Amino acid sequence: MKNLDSVFAAYMIGWAVYFIFYLTVAKRTSDLRADVERLKNSLSRK
Amino acid sequence: MAKRVVFAAISFLLVAVAGYAAFYVAPTERTMGLIQRIFYFHVSSAWAGMDVLIACFVANLLYVWKRDSKYDALGVACAEVGLVFMTVVLITGPIWGHPVWGIWWTWDARLTSTFVLWLLYVSYLLLRTLVEEPERRALLSSLFGIFAFVDVPLVWFSIRWWRTQHPAPVFMGGPNSGLADPTMKKVFYFCVLVMHVFALFLVLERYALEKMKHEIDILKRELEVA
Repeated sequence: MKNLDSVFAAYMIGWAVYFIFYLTVAKRTSDLRADVERLKNSLSRK
Repeated sequence: MAKRVVFAAISFLLVAVAGYAAFYVAPTERTMGLIQRIFYFHVSSAWAGMDVLIACFVANLLYVWKRDSKYDALGVACAEVGLVFMTVVLITGPIWGHPVWGIWWTWDARLTSTFVLWLLYVSYLLLRTLVEEPERRALLSSLFGIFAFVDVPLVWFSIRWWRTQHPAPVFMGGPNSGLADPTMKKVFYFCVLVMHVFALFLVLERYALEKMKHEIDILKRELEVA
């Protein structure tokens, strides 16, 4: 099983990069959704 | 919302199946051994990343032509996702290269042009943070995106035009290039398809985020007027 650690590292680091990116997009989307709701409420009050 | 959840579930399921195929279905390569399995992840990420950057170029051209904010949103979504894919390519490549070549990195045509491509799209995203006015930001970044795209064909053709340390191309690389084993071929093309589906999923998610930013800009302007 020569180089198993390298193969494991490549897949783990690669998928970590993709997953972290997806999480940041999901977090930014949820923050912006809250902002949209807040602004819509402010607009309806005016 | 339900469609997005279903697409997310399909994308992640396909990714898991591709991982299984790369480890358990594809046979072990005779010369390189286990380390060759990085190829299924590295090359499929590179192809999907390049295609996302082609979509970015088309969106940039369409914005310059039509001045419609949806093309700006698509351009930035593709640039960010393309950059993430190229980051994975630049990480997994040296992990494969170290045991095979004995070095992590060399400044050959393919590796250097890929690194330059990565720097160009980092600059594209940085440029967007420097310009406040939305229309000006969209136009400047679209023009820069068109310029940055010049490096994409250079990356693709670098291993065809020059003799490099990087292995020969898998596709359209002459009679001795590519995968000889039919199972390896099937697994490879399946991984390429899966990475394209995953890239499309990420682009759509990022595009929805950018559209929401535009909606906030409009709401803020309406609030100022009211």
